[in-house]
Amino acid sequence: MTTNLVEIRDLHKSFGKVEVLKGVNCDLAQSDVVCVIGSSGSGKTTMLRCINMLEDFEAGTITIDGEAIGYDVRDGKRRRKPEREIARQRALTGMAFQQFNLFPHLTAIENVTLGLVKVKRLGRDEATVIGERWLDRVGLSTRRNNYPGQLSGGQQQRVAIARAIAMNPKLMLFDEVTSALDPELVNEVLMVIKDLARDGMTMLIVTHEMRFAYEVANRVIFMNEGLIGEEGDPREMFIRPKTQRLAEFLKSSSFN
Amino acid sequence: MDPTSFLEQIWIARWPLASGVGLTLIISFLSIIAGTILGVGVGMSLTYGARPLRWLVRGYTDFIRGTPVLVLVLASYYVLGTIGLQLKPFQAGVLALAVFCSSHVGEIVRGALQAIPKGQTEAAKAIGLTFAETFIYVLAPQALRQILPAWVNTAAEMVKASTLLSIIGIGELLLSTQEVIARTFMSLPFYFLAGALYFLINFGIESLGRLIERKISIQS
Ligand SMILES: Nc1ncnc2c1ncn2[C@@H]1O[C@H](COP(=O)(O)OP(=O)(O)OP(=O)(O)O)[C@@H](O)[C@H]1O
Ligand SMILES: [Mg+2]
Repeated sequence: MTTNLVEIRDLHKSFGKVEVLKGVNCDLAQSDVVCVIGSSGSGKTTMLRCINMLEDFEAGTITIDGEAIGYDVRDGKRRRKPEREIARQRALTGMAFQQFNLFPHLTAIENVTLGLVKVKRLGRDEATVIGERWLDRVGLSTRRNNYPGQLSGGQQQRVAIARAIAMNPKLMLFDEVTSALDPELVNEVLMVIKDLARDGMTMLIVTHEMRFAYEVANRVIFMNEGLIGEEGDPREMFIRPKTQRLAEFLKSSSFN
Repeated sequence: MDPTSFLEQIWIARWPLASGVGLTLIISFLSIIAGTILGVGVGMSLTYGARPLRWLVRGYTDFIRGTPVLVLVLASYYVLGTIGLQLKPFQAGVLALAVFCSSHVGEIVRGALQAIPKGQTEAAKAIGLTFAETFIYVLAPQALRQILPAWVNTAAEMVKASTLLSIIGIGELLLSTQEVIARTFMSLPFYFLAGALYFLINFGIESLGRLIERKISIQS
Protein backbone atom coordinates (compact mmCIF):
# COMPACT_ATOMS: atom_id res chain seq x y z
CA MET A 1 0.00 0.00 0.00
CA THR A 2 1.18 3.46 -0.81
CA THR A 3 1.84 6.09 1.82
CA ASN A 4 1.65 8.98 -0.61
CA LEU A 5 -1.56 10.89 -1.05
CA VAL A 6 -0.62 11.95 -4.56
CA GLU A 7 1.63 10.12 -6.98
CA ILE A 8 2.50 11.41 -10.40
CA ARG A 9 4.38 8.97 -12.58
CA ASP A 10 6.00 9.71 -15.90
CA LEU A 11 3.42 12.32 -16.86
CA HIS A 12 3.49 13.31 -20.52
CA LYS A 13 1.42 16.03 -22.09
CA SER A 14 1.62 17.62 -25.53
CA PHE A 15 -0.25 20.42 -27.21
CA GLY A 16 -0.20 19.36 -30.82
CA LYS A 17 3.41 18.65 -31.65
CA VAL A 18 4.80 20.54 -28.68
CA GLU A 19 5.62 18.35 -25.72
CA VAL A 20 4.99 20.42 -22.63
CA LEU A 21 5.40 17.78 -19.91
CA LYS A 22 8.12 15.28 -20.65
CA GLY A 23 7.81 12.70 -17.94
CA VAL A 24 7.10 14.39 -14.64
CA ASN A 25 7.40 12.36 -11.42
CA CYS A 26 6.20 13.80 -8.17
CA ASP A 27 4.83 12.58 -4.85
CA LEU A 28 2.93 14.38 -2.15
CA ALA A 29 2.44 12.92 1.29
CA GLN A 30 -0.52 13.90 3.43
CA SER A 31 -0.17 17.52 4.59
CA ASP A 32 2.68 18.28 2.24
CA VAL A 33 2.84 21.86 1.08
CA VAL A 34 4.73 21.86 -2.18
CA CYS A 35 5.46 25.03 -4.10
CA VAL A 36 6.13 24.84 -7.81
CA ILE A 37 8.40 27.46 -9.28
CA GLY A 38 9.94 27.85 -12.70
CA SER A 39 10.09 30.16 -15.64
CA SER A 40 7.16 31.01 -17.85
CA GLY A 41 6.20 28.17 -20.19
CA SER A 42 7.95 25.49 -18.16
CA GLY A 43 4.69 23.57 -17.69
CA LYS A 44 3.61 24.45 -14.14
CA THR A 45 0.02 25.29 -15.01
CA THR A 46 -0.26 22.34 -17.34
CA MET A 47 0.83 19.94 -14.61
CA LEU A 48 -1.81 21.30 -12.24
CA ARG A 49 -4.48 21.11 -14.90
CA CYS A 50 -3.64 17.48 -15.64
CA ILE A 51 -4.08 16.60 -11.98
CA ASN A 52 -7.74 17.56 -12.08
CA MET A 53 -8.28 16.60 -15.71
CA LEU A 54 -8.84 20.08 -17.01
CA GLU A 55 -6.32 18.78 -19.53
CA ASP A 56 -6.16 15.24 -20.86
CA PHE A 57 -2.71 13.70 -20.87
CA GLU A 58 -1.24 11.14 -23.22
CA ALA A 59 0.90 9.03 -20.95
CA GLY A 60 1.75 8.43 -17.33
CA THR A 61 -0.44 8.07 -14.30
CA ILE A 62 -1.76 10.34 -11.60
CA THR A 63 -2.98 8.70 -8.42
CA ILE A 64 -4.83 10.45 -5.63
CA ASP A 65 -5.42 8.47 -2.46
CA GLY A 66 -4.90 5.24 -4.38
CA GLU A 67 -7.33 6.19 -7.15
CA ALA A 68 -6.11 6.46 -10.75
CA ILE A 69 -7.20 9.80 -12.17
CA GLY A 70 -8.75 10.15 -15.60
CA TYR A 71 -7.80 6.88 -17.21
CA ASP A 72 -8.33 3.16 -16.80
CA VAL A 73 -5.92 0.60 -18.09
CA ARG A 74 -7.62 -2.63 -19.05
CA ASP A 75 -6.06 -5.41 -21.13
CA GLY A 76 -3.12 -3.10 -21.70
CA LYS A 77 -5.41 -0.51 -23.28
CA ARG A 78 -5.61 2.97 -21.82
CA ARG A 79 -9.09 4.44 -21.82
CA ARG A 80 -10.44 7.75 -20.63
CA LYS A 81 -12.92 7.26 -17.84
CA PRO A 82 -16.55 8.23 -18.41
CA GLU A 83 -17.26 11.95 -18.04
CA ARG A 84 -19.38 11.44 -14.94
CA GLU A 85 -16.59 9.56 -13.21
CA ILE A 86 -14.08 12.23 -14.15
CA ALA A 87 -16.41 14.89 -12.74
CA ARG A 88 -16.49 13.00 -9.45
CA GLN A 89 -12.71 12.68 -9.43
CA ARG A 90 -12.30 16.39 -10.02
CA ALA A 91 -14.04 16.96 -6.70
CA LEU A 92 -11.18 15.09 -5.00
CA THR A 93 -9.07 18.15 -5.66
CA GLY A 94 -9.88 21.80 -5.21
CA MET A 95 -8.42 24.42 -7.49
CA ALA A 96 -7.93 28.15 -7.21
CA PHE A 97 -7.16 30.07 -10.39
CA GLN A 98 -5.19 33.16 -11.22
CA GLN A 99 -8.36 34.88 -12.46
CA PHE A 100 -10.55 33.73 -9.51
CA ASN A 101 -13.31 32.60 -11.89
CA LEU A 102 -16.08 33.21 -9.41
CA PHE A 103 -19.59 32.81 -10.79
CA PRO A 104 -20.69 36.42 -11.31
CA HIS A 105 -24.41 35.69 -11.11
CA LEU A 106 -24.14 34.11 -7.65
CA THR A 107 -23.43 35.74 -4.30
CA ALA A 108 -20.36 34.81 -2.27
CA ILE A 109 -22.26 32.25 -0.22
CA GLU A 110 -23.98 30.83 -3.31
CA ASN A 111 -20.60 30.46 -5.00
CA VAL A 112 -19.37 28.45 -2.05
CA THR A 113 -22.48 26.29 -1.67
CA LEU A 114 -23.13 25.45 -5.34
CA GLY A 115 -20.79 22.47 -5.33
CA LEU A 116 -21.96 21.35 -1.90
CA VAL A 117 -25.57 21.23 -3.06
CA LYS A 118 -25.16 19.98 -6.63
CA VAL A 119 -22.11 17.73 -6.32
CA LYS A 120 -22.09 16.66 -2.68
CA ARG A 121 -25.90 16.65 -2.61
CA LEU A 122 -26.08 18.30 0.78
CA GLY A 123 -29.30 19.98 1.88
CA ARG A 124 -29.36 23.73 1.45
CA ASP A 125 -29.22 24.41 5.20
CA GLU A 126 -26.31 22.12 5.80
CA ALA A 127 -24.47 23.55 2.80
CA THR A 128 -25.06 27.08 4.04
CA VAL A 129 -23.63 26.23 7.47
CA ILE A 130 -20.48 24.83 5.86
CA GLY A 131 -20.29 27.71 3.40
CA GLU A 132 -20.59 30.29 6.15
CA ARG A 133 -17.93 28.56 8.18
CA TRP A 134 -15.49 28.81 5.27
CA LEU A 135 -16.38 32.37 4.41
CA ASP A 136 -15.70 33.14 8.03
CA ARG A 137 -12.35 31.35 7.84
CA VAL A 138 -11.26 33.54 4.94
CA GLY A 139 -12.52 36.62 6.79
CA LEU A 140 -15.54 37.37 4.62
CA SER A 141 -18.58 36.38 6.64
CA THR A 142 -19.93 39.93 6.38
CA ARG A 143 -19.72 39.70 2.59
CA ARG A 144 -21.77 36.56 2.21
CA ASN A 145 -24.54 38.23 0.20
CA ASN A 146 -22.28 40.28 -2.05
CA TYR A 147 -21.83 39.46 -5.70
CA PRO A 148 -18.29 39.01 -7.03
CA GLY A 149 -18.56 42.34 -8.85
CA GLN A 150 -19.00 44.00 -5.48
CA LEU A 151 -15.79 42.54 -4.02
CA SER A 152 -12.15 43.52 -4.36
CA GLY A 153 -9.78 41.18 -6.15
CA GLY A 154 -8.34 39.92 -2.88
CA GLN A 155 -11.81 39.26 -1.51
CA GLN A 156 -12.85 37.49 -4.69
CA GLN A 157 -9.83 35.25 -4.52
CA ARG A 158 -10.56 34.40 -0.90
CA VAL A 159 -14.14 33.48 -1.82
CA ALA A 160 -12.76 31.34 -4.65
CA ILE A 161 -10.47 29.55 -2.20
CA ALA A 162 -13.40 29.05 0.19
CA ARG A 163 -15.47 27.64 -2.70
CA ALA A 164 -12.77 25.09 -3.47
CA ILE A 165 -11.92 24.14 0.07
CA ALA A 166 -15.54 23.85 1.23
CA MET A 167 -15.79 20.75 -0.95
CA ASN A 168 -13.38 19.11 1.48
CA PRO A 169 -10.87 18.09 -1.20
CA LYS A 170 -7.96 15.80 -0.46
CA LEU A 171 -5.63 18.10 -2.33
CA MET A 172 -5.68 21.81 -3.08
CA LEU A 173 -4.16 23.22 -6.25
CA PHE A 174 -3.24 26.90 -6.47
CA ASP A 175 -2.16 28.42 -9.76
CA GLU A 176 -0.55 31.81 -9.25
CA VAL A 177 -3.49 32.96 -7.20
CA THR A 178 -1.92 36.31 -6.38
CA SER A 179 -0.59 37.23 -9.81
CA ALA A 180 -3.70 39.14 -10.85
CA LEU A 181 -3.89 41.08 -7.61
CA ASP A 182 -2.75 44.57 -6.75
CA PRO A 183 0.33 44.31 -4.51
CA GLU A 184 -1.48 45.50 -1.41
CA LEU A 185 -4.04 42.66 -1.76
CA VAL A 186 -1.53 39.84 -2.12
CA ASN A 187 -0.91 39.35 1.53
CA GLU A 188 -4.49 38.73 2.62
CA VAL A 189 -4.65 35.82 0.18
CA LEU A 190 -1.28 34.39 1.16
CA MET A 191 -2.35 34.52 4.81
CA VAL A 192 -5.35 32.36 3.99
CA ILE A 193 -3.11 29.79 2.32
CA LYS A 194 -0.69 29.78 5.23
CA ASP A 195 -3.62 29.24 7.51
CA LEU A 196 -4.66 26.20 5.48
CA ALA A 197 -1.10 24.89 5.66
CA ARG A 198 -1.24 25.05 9.43
CA ASP A 199 -4.43 23.01 9.25
CA GLY A 200 -2.55 20.24 7.50
CA MET A 201 -4.15 20.71 4.07
CA THR A 202 -2.18 19.01 1.32
CA MET A 203 -1.36 21.64 -1.25
CA LEU A 204 0.40 22.08 -4.56
CA ILE A 205 1.06 25.75 -5.12
CA VAL A 206 2.37 27.35 -8.29
CA THR A 207 3.74 30.72 -7.31
CA HIS A 208 6.10 33.47 -8.26
CA GLU A 209 6.19 34.71 -4.68
CA MET A 210 9.57 33.33 -3.67
CA ARG A 211 9.49 34.59 -0.13
CA PHE A 212 6.08 32.99 0.37
CA ALA A 213 7.37 29.71 -1.09
CA TYR A 214 10.33 29.88 1.22
CA GLU A 215 8.12 30.39 4.26
CA VAL A 216 5.25 28.04 3.59
CA ALA A 217 6.60 25.13 1.56
CA ASN A 218 8.09 22.05 3.10
CA ARG A 219 9.29 21.22 -0.40
CA VAL A 220 9.87 23.19 -3.57
CA ILE A 221 9.76 21.88 -7.11
CA PHE A 222 11.64 23.72 -9.80
CA MET A 223 10.08 23.02 -13.18
CA ASN A 224 12.32 23.39 -16.16
CA GLU A 225 11.26 22.73 -19.75
CA GLY A 226 8.61 20.19 -18.88
CA LEU A 227 10.62 18.30 -16.29
CA ILE A 228 11.34 18.67 -12.64
CA GLY A 229 14.75 20.28 -12.69
CA GLU A 230 15.36 20.19 -9.00
CA GLU A 231 13.40 19.64 -5.83
CA GLY A 232 13.99 19.87 -2.14
CA ASP A 233 13.73 21.92 1.00
CA PRO A 234 13.55 25.62 0.10
CA ARG A 235 15.99 26.47 2.89
CA GLU A 236 18.52 24.29 1.10
CA MET A 237 17.51 24.84 -2.52
CA PHE A 238 17.16 28.61 -2.52
CA ILE A 239 20.51 29.09 -0.86
CA ARG A 240 22.54 26.38 -2.55
CA PRO A 241 20.90 25.51 -5.89
CA LYS A 242 22.45 22.40 -7.39
CA THR A 243 21.73 23.22 -11.01
CA GLN A 244 22.86 26.14 -13.08
CA ARG A 245 19.27 26.63 -14.30
CA LEU A 246 17.83 27.08 -10.84
CA ALA A 247 20.64 29.42 -9.87
CA GLU A 248 19.83 31.58 -12.89
CA PHE A 249 16.13 31.44 -12.20
CA LEU A 250 16.59 32.47 -8.59
CA LYS A 251 18.85 35.31 -9.63
CA SER A 252 16.22 36.62 -12.05
CA SER A 253 13.40 36.31 -9.51
CA SER A 254 12.64 38.72 -6.74
CA PHE A 255 13.82 36.51 -3.88
CA ASN A 256 16.92 37.90 -2.27
CA MET B 1 -63.92 62.83 -42.32
CA ASP B 2 -66.13 62.85 -39.30
CA PRO B 3 -64.48 61.31 -36.20
CA THR B 4 -67.73 59.98 -34.80
CA SER B 5 -68.35 58.00 -37.95
CA PHE B 6 -64.81 56.51 -37.61
CA LEU B 7 -65.57 55.48 -34.02
CA GLU B 8 -68.83 54.04 -35.24
CA GLN B 9 -67.01 52.05 -37.92
CA ILE B 10 -64.54 50.75 -35.34
CA TRP B 11 -67.48 49.66 -33.21
CA ILE B 12 -69.06 47.89 -36.15
CA ALA B 13 -65.74 46.23 -37.03
CA ARG B 14 -64.85 45.39 -33.43
CA TRP B 15 -65.15 41.63 -33.77
CA PRO B 16 -63.12 41.20 -36.96
CA LEU B 17 -60.46 43.54 -35.54
CA ALA B 18 -60.39 41.76 -32.19
CA SER B 19 -60.05 38.42 -33.90
CA GLY B 20 -57.24 39.91 -36.00
CA VAL B 21 -55.42 41.03 -32.87
CA GLY B 22 -56.04 37.66 -31.26
CA LEU B 23 -54.71 35.76 -34.24
CA THR B 24 -51.66 38.01 -34.44
CA LEU B 25 -50.98 37.37 -30.76
CA ILE B 26 -51.45 33.61 -31.10
CA ILE B 27 -49.27 33.36 -34.20
CA SER B 28 -46.55 35.50 -32.65
CA PHE B 29 -46.66 33.63 -29.38
CA LEU B 30 -46.51 30.18 -30.96
CA SER B 31 -43.75 31.05 -33.38
CA ILE B 32 -41.68 32.80 -30.70
CA ILE B 33 -42.01 29.84 -28.33
CA ALA B 34 -41.29 27.21 -30.96
CA GLY B 35 -38.57 29.35 -32.52
CA THR B 36 -36.92 29.89 -29.16
CA ILE B 37 -36.92 26.22 -28.24
CA LEU B 38 -35.52 25.32 -31.64
CA GLY B 39 -33.14 28.28 -31.45
CA VAL B 40 -31.65 27.19 -28.14
CA GLY B 41 -30.94 23.82 -29.75
CA VAL B 42 -29.39 25.61 -32.72
CA GLY B 43 -27.26 27.80 -30.48
CA MET B 44 -26.07 24.89 -28.38
CA SER B 45 -25.25 22.83 -31.47
CA LEU B 46 -23.26 25.73 -32.88
CA THR B 47 -21.35 26.10 -29.62
CA TYR B 48 -20.88 22.56 -28.33
CA GLY B 49 -21.77 20.32 -31.27
CA ALA B 50 -19.36 17.96 -32.97
CA ARG B 51 -17.96 19.36 -36.17
CA PRO B 52 -20.38 17.71 -38.66
CA LEU B 53 -23.38 18.81 -36.61
CA ARG B 54 -21.96 22.30 -36.34
CA TRP B 55 -21.53 22.55 -40.09
CA LEU B 56 -25.02 21.26 -40.73
CA VAL B 57 -26.61 23.71 -38.32
CA ARG B 58 -24.41 26.54 -39.55
CA GLY B 59 -25.69 25.84 -43.07
CA TYR B 60 -29.28 25.88 -41.81
CA THR B 61 -28.99 29.21 -39.99
CA ASP B 62 -27.07 30.95 -42.76
CA PHE B 63 -29.58 29.75 -45.33
CA ILE B 64 -32.60 30.81 -43.30
CA ARG B 65 -31.12 34.14 -42.34
CA GLY B 66 -30.30 34.86 -45.93
CA THR B 67 -33.86 34.22 -47.06
CA PRO B 68 -36.62 36.88 -46.89
CA VAL B 69 -39.34 35.88 -44.42
CA LEU B 70 -41.95 36.32 -47.14
CA VAL B 71 -40.19 33.68 -49.19
CA LEU B 72 -40.12 31.36 -46.17
CA VAL B 73 -43.86 31.86 -45.70
CA LEU B 74 -44.63 31.15 -49.35
CA ALA B 75 -42.25 28.20 -49.41
CA SER B 76 -43.72 26.52 -46.37
CA TYR B 77 -47.23 26.91 -47.79
CA TYR B 78 -46.70 26.22 -51.50
CA VAL B 79 -43.40 24.37 -51.82
CA LEU B 80 -43.97 21.93 -48.98
CA GLY B 81 -47.29 21.16 -50.66
CA THR B 82 -45.58 20.05 -53.86
CA ILE B 83 -43.55 17.49 -51.91
CA GLY B 84 -46.67 16.07 -50.34
CA LEU B 85 -46.69 18.01 -47.10
CA GLN B 86 -49.69 20.29 -47.53
CA LEU B 87 -50.02 22.35 -44.37
CA LYS B 88 -52.98 24.49 -43.44
CA PRO B 89 -52.18 28.20 -43.93
CA PHE B 90 -52.00 28.71 -40.19
CA GLN B 91 -49.61 25.78 -39.71
CA ALA B 92 -47.47 26.82 -42.65
CA GLY B 93 -47.32 30.39 -41.40
CA VAL B 94 -46.34 29.50 -37.87
CA LEU B 95 -43.76 27.02 -39.19
CA ALA B 96 -42.15 29.65 -41.39
CA LEU B 97 -42.02 32.21 -38.62
CA ALA B 98 -40.71 29.67 -36.08
CA VAL B 99 -37.95 28.60 -38.43
CA PHE B 100 -37.05 32.21 -39.07
CA CYS B 101 -37.10 32.93 -35.34
CA SER B 102 -34.94 29.89 -34.56
CA SER B 103 -32.11 31.01 -36.81
CA HIS B 104 -31.97 34.39 -35.09
CA VAL B 105 -32.33 33.02 -31.58
CA GLY B 106 -29.69 30.42 -32.44
CA GLU B 107 -27.18 33.13 -33.31
CA ILE B 108 -28.05 35.10 -30.18
CA VAL B 109 -27.62 32.01 -27.99
CA ARG B 110 -24.35 31.06 -29.65
CA GLY B 111 -22.98 34.56 -29.21
CA ALA B 112 -23.96 34.67 -25.56
CA LEU B 113 -22.51 31.24 -24.75
CA GLN B 114 -19.26 31.96 -26.53
CA ALA B 115 -18.90 35.26 -24.72
CA ILE B 116 -18.70 33.52 -21.35
CA PRO B 117 -15.04 33.23 -20.30
CA LYS B 118 -13.58 29.72 -20.39
CA GLY B 119 -12.64 30.11 -16.75
CA GLN B 120 -16.30 29.76 -15.81
CA THR B 121 -16.52 26.27 -17.25
CA GLU B 122 -13.19 25.33 -15.72
CA ALA B 123 -14.14 26.56 -12.27
CA ALA B 124 -17.40 24.62 -12.53
CA LYS B 125 -15.58 21.48 -13.61
CA ALA B 126 -13.06 21.95 -10.84
CA ILE B 127 -15.74 21.69 -8.16
CA GLY B 128 -17.01 18.51 -9.79
CA LEU B 129 -20.00 19.65 -11.84
CA THR B 130 -20.77 17.60 -14.94
CA PHE B 131 -21.21 19.37 -18.25
CA ALA B 132 -25.00 19.34 -17.96
CA GLU B 133 -24.85 20.78 -14.42
CA THR B 134 -22.31 23.36 -15.53
CA PHE B 135 -24.63 24.41 -18.31
CA ILE B 136 -27.70 24.63 -16.10
CA TYR B 137 -26.22 26.36 -13.07
CA VAL B 138 -23.32 28.36 -14.46
CA LEU B 139 -23.52 28.98 -18.19
CA ALA B 140 -27.25 29.29 -18.92
CA PRO B 141 -27.98 31.85 -16.19
CA GLN B 142 -25.16 34.05 -17.44
CA ALA B 143 -26.10 33.59 -21.08
CA LEU B 144 -29.74 34.36 -20.33
CA ARG B 145 -28.91 37.81 -19.08
CA GLN B 146 -26.99 38.54 -22.21
CA ILE B 147 -29.62 37.04 -24.49
CA LEU B 148 -32.65 38.83 -23.14
CA PRO B 149 -32.37 42.25 -24.84
CA ALA B 150 -31.66 40.75 -28.25
CA TRP B 151 -34.34 38.14 -27.72
CA VAL B 152 -36.93 40.84 -26.97
CA ASN B 153 -35.97 42.51 -30.24
CA THR B 154 -36.43 39.26 -32.09
CA ALA B 155 -39.81 38.72 -30.46
CA ALA B 156 -40.91 42.18 -31.60
CA GLU B 157 -39.63 41.38 -35.09
CA MET B 158 -41.77 38.25 -35.09
CA VAL B 159 -44.89 40.27 -34.36
CA LYS B 160 -44.08 42.49 -37.32
CA ALA B 161 -43.24 39.52 -39.51
CA SER B 162 -46.62 37.95 -38.70
CA THR B 163 -48.18 40.56 -41.02
CA LEU B 164 -46.66 38.60 -43.90
CA LEU B 165 -49.06 35.73 -43.24
CA SER B 166 -51.85 37.86 -44.71
CA ILE B 167 -50.39 36.82 -48.08
CA ILE B 168 -51.50 33.23 -47.55
CA GLY B 169 -54.92 34.33 -46.38
CA ILE B 170 -54.54 34.28 -42.61
CA GLY B 171 -56.88 36.79 -41.03
CA GLU B 172 -54.39 38.30 -38.66
CA LEU B 173 -54.55 41.96 -37.74
CA LEU B 174 -53.28 43.35 -41.04
CA LEU B 175 -55.60 41.29 -43.22
CA SER B 176 -58.63 41.94 -41.05
CA THR B 177 -57.82 45.64 -41.13
CA GLN B 178 -57.64 45.53 -44.91
CA GLU B 179 -60.98 43.79 -45.04
CA VAL B 180 -62.54 46.49 -42.90
CA ILE B 181 -60.99 49.14 -45.16
CA ALA B 182 -62.39 47.43 -48.23
CA ARG B 183 -65.85 47.80 -46.70
CA THR B 184 -65.56 51.28 -45.22
CA PHE B 185 -63.03 52.99 -47.55
CA MET B 186 -61.46 54.57 -44.46
CA SER B 187 -57.95 53.45 -45.23
CA LEU B 188 -55.88 56.04 -43.37
CA PRO B 189 -57.60 55.87 -39.97
CA PHE B 190 -57.77 52.09 -39.97
CA TYR B 191 -54.16 51.62 -41.03
CA PHE B 192 -53.30 54.08 -38.30
CA LEU B 193 -55.32 52.07 -35.82
CA ALA B 194 -53.57 48.85 -36.88
CA GLY B 195 -50.22 50.60 -36.49
CA ALA B 196 -51.17 51.70 -33.00
CA LEU B 197 -52.24 48.17 -32.07
CA TYR B 198 -48.94 46.68 -33.32
CA PHE B 199 -47.13 49.34 -31.37
CA LEU B 200 -49.04 48.42 -28.24
CA ILE B 201 -48.26 44.73 -28.62
CA ASN B 202 -44.55 45.39 -29.07
CA PHE B 203 -44.51 47.97 -26.35
CA GLY B 204 -45.96 45.31 -24.05
CA ILE B 205 -43.28 42.81 -25.07
CA GLU B 206 -40.50 45.33 -24.54
CA SER B 207 -41.81 46.45 -21.16
CA LEU B 208 -42.03 42.86 -20.04
CA GLY B 209 -38.47 42.31 -21.27
CA ARG B 210 -37.17 45.33 -19.40
CA LEU B 211 -38.96 44.23 -16.27
CA ILE B 212 -37.36 40.78 -16.42
CA GLU B 213 -34.00 42.35 -17.23
CA ARG B 214 -34.16 44.49 -14.11
CA LYS B 215 -35.23 41.51 -12.02
CA ILE B 216 -32.32 39.32 -13.04
CA SER B 217 -29.54 41.86 -13.56
CA ILE B 218 -26.32 41.10 -11.70
CA GLN B 219 -25.35 43.63 -9.10
CA SER B 220 -21.88 45.04 -9.13
N1 LIG C 1 -4.12 25.18 -24.55
C1 LIG C 1 -2.86 25.23 -25.03
N2 LIG C 1 -2.63 25.04 -26.34
C2 LIG C 1 -1.38 25.07 -26.83
N3 LIG C 1 -0.28 25.29 -26.10
C3 LIG C 1 -0.44 25.48 -24.78
C4 LIG C 1 -1.73 25.48 -24.18
N4 LIG C 1 -1.58 25.70 -22.86
C5 LIG C 1 -0.27 25.85 -22.66
N5 LIG C 1 0.44 25.72 -23.80
C6 LIG C 1 1.90 25.79 -23.93
O1 LIG C 1 2.45 24.88 -23.02
C7 LIG C 1 3.64 25.43 -22.46
C8 LIG C 1 3.54 25.34 -20.95
O2 LIG C 1 2.50 26.20 -20.52
P1 LIG C 1 2.12 26.40 -19.01
O3 LIG C 1 0.95 27.31 -18.98
O4 LIG C 1 1.98 25.09 -18.35
O5 LIG C 1 3.40 27.13 -18.44
P2 LIG C 1 3.61 27.79 -17.01
O6 LIG C 1 4.82 27.16 -16.45
O7 LIG C 1 2.37 27.73 -16.22
O8 LIG C 1 3.95 29.29 -17.41
P3 LIG C 1 3.53 30.65 -16.69
O9 LIG C 1 4.54 30.88 -15.59
O10 LIG C 1 3.68 31.69 -17.76
O11 LIG C 1 2.14 30.52 -16.19
C9 LIG C 1 3.79 26.82 -22.98
O12 LIG C 1 4.75 26.78 -24.02
C10 LIG C 1 2.43 27.15 -23.53
O13 LIG C 1 2.56 28.00 -24.64
MG1 LIG D 1 0.95 29.15 -15.55
